[in-house]
Amino acid sequence: MSIKGKAYIAGIYEHPTRHAPDKSTAQLHAEVAKGAIEDAGLTSADIDGYFCAGDAPGGAWPMVDYLGLKVRHIDSTETGGSSYIIHIGHAAEAIAAGKCSIALVTLAGKPRTSVMPPRAAGAEADFEAAYGATTHNAYGMCAMRHMHDYGTTSEQLAWIKVAASHHAQYNPHAMLKEVVTVEDVVNSPMISDPLHRMDCCVVTDGGGALIVTTPEIAKSLKKPLVRLIGHGEAMKGPRGGKDLDLTYSAGVWSGPRAFEEAGVTPKDIKYASIYDSFTITVLMQLEDLGFCKKGEGGKFVSDGNLISGVGKLPFNTDGGGLCSNHPVNRGGMTKIIEAVRQLRGEAHPKVQVPNCDLALVHGTGGLLGVRHAASTAVLERV
Amino acid sequence: MTEAKTQEKKYPAPQGNPETQAFWDAAKQGKFLIKRCTACGEAHYFPRSICPFCFSDKTVWEESAGEGEIYTFSLMRKSATGPYAIGYVKLKEGPAVQTNFVDCDLSALKIGQKVRVVFKPTDGAPLPFFTPVG
Repeated sequence: MSIKGKAYIAGIYEHPTRHAPDKSTAQLHAEVAKGAIEDAGLTSADIDGYFCAGDAPGGAWPMVDYLGLKVRHIDSTETGGSSYIIHIGHAAEAIAAGKCSIALVTLAGKPRTSVMPPRAAGAEADFEAAYGATTHNAYGMCAMRHMHDYGTTSEQLAWIKVAASHHAQYNPHAMLKEVVTVEDVVNSPMISDPLHRMDCCVVTDGGGALIVTTPEIAKSLKKPLVRLIGHGEAMKGPRGGKDLDLTYSAGVWSGPRAFEEAGVTPKDIKYASIYDSFTITVLMQLEDLGFCKKGEGGKFVSDGNLISGVGKLPFNTDGGGLCSNHPVNRGGMTKIIEAVRQLRGEAHPKVQVPNCDLALVHGTGGLLGVRHAASTAVLERV
Repeated sequence: MTEAKTQEKKYPAPQGNPETQAFWDAAKQGKFLIKRCTACGEAHYFPRSICPFCFSDKTVWEESAGEGEIYTFSLMRKSATGPYAIGYVKLKEGPAVQTNFVDCDLSALKIGQKVRVVFKPTDGAPLPFFTPVG
């Protein structure tokens, strides 16, 4: 039993806004849903499955009602920014099992212009909450140990931001369009050692949505065919504090599962969307997915190796979270959308990967240095 | 500069629950407890009633020496309560503990540095923190 080829991504939409003081969060969900449904050439009456995560106001049932949907399958798996990559795997499972045939996945929110709801507390709360783990310092702890164990440098991390900025200059909606240098990054203010301001992603209002459907329905529509051929998910945390190692992520487990199901290896991948909450996130995930050996990520990302048309592994050709968009502080959705654009041949001509027929999407949600969930998806153009 | 800020900081009181109350009661006596499983022999932190390694319910409280070394850290340069350093300590007994480093020059912290536990008051039970030794 496998989901290989059982589900296609037939609709995508990324909200052009990065600042939405004049809209509600639910409204942004509705706008991205409308965009993805229209991109697929469908109507809201066709939707029979709905997927959302913690950013959807009130969860799945108020959203289904608000959107006026009539669904027979719902899933509100919440794993932070990786939720939506997990959702496409779960949607494929539901479609393969006949539980729904046209699934809508939405993400939207306003971290710039409204108050973000607090993260739900787990069993660890009394033993951790007082120590002030934030995204910046939780990822900083990983970078600090990675540098200690493998000699990774701030200059190497900076190359990840430099590559993203080269791509963002062609994206009219990108929040930061200016091309930056390694010197710009390492000279930007230190936020939480060893991460500088330019090692951090942007904070944006906005959102995105997807339509996942059956092979038959996808083939009846007008868009280029993009299907899911491999999927993996995994979680990692301190787990009682035994053998703590913050230099690798749960990608070491989700990645091989996705590659095995797809029947491909990292060498086959033409384009990669890699969640870039911080530069260190990209570097660790590339290692964990097997694009290079553990500890060699710094060398791998240097000298423009992630720049489309320049390096061996074009990544985040929309500018990613580091430069373009990071709606609701959750990067998984926009990662899927840019991978589908690449596979359709709809990326900006300056960054479109020639004959892009195999792409990888990978992300983590939660805090890399505390506890997080990873998900990997392999997408193919048919 | 950073030292004064961390000492003035007000920390939230632990809520406590039946599973962890013994930890907070001991903290009031200045003792830092961990849990050990008598079935598999492994120690863990934060404390659970069921061992996260072998799922045995034969876990017992054990007083830690409260000594270890810094596994990693990150110095948050700005926050509403001033700079602070979060990190993990690997205890002599094995488990890693998330904490803040206090009562020291935060800019001089190093991976591998020896540290020991210190308790800081809250409106309830005191909370464990770590400070460099010597």
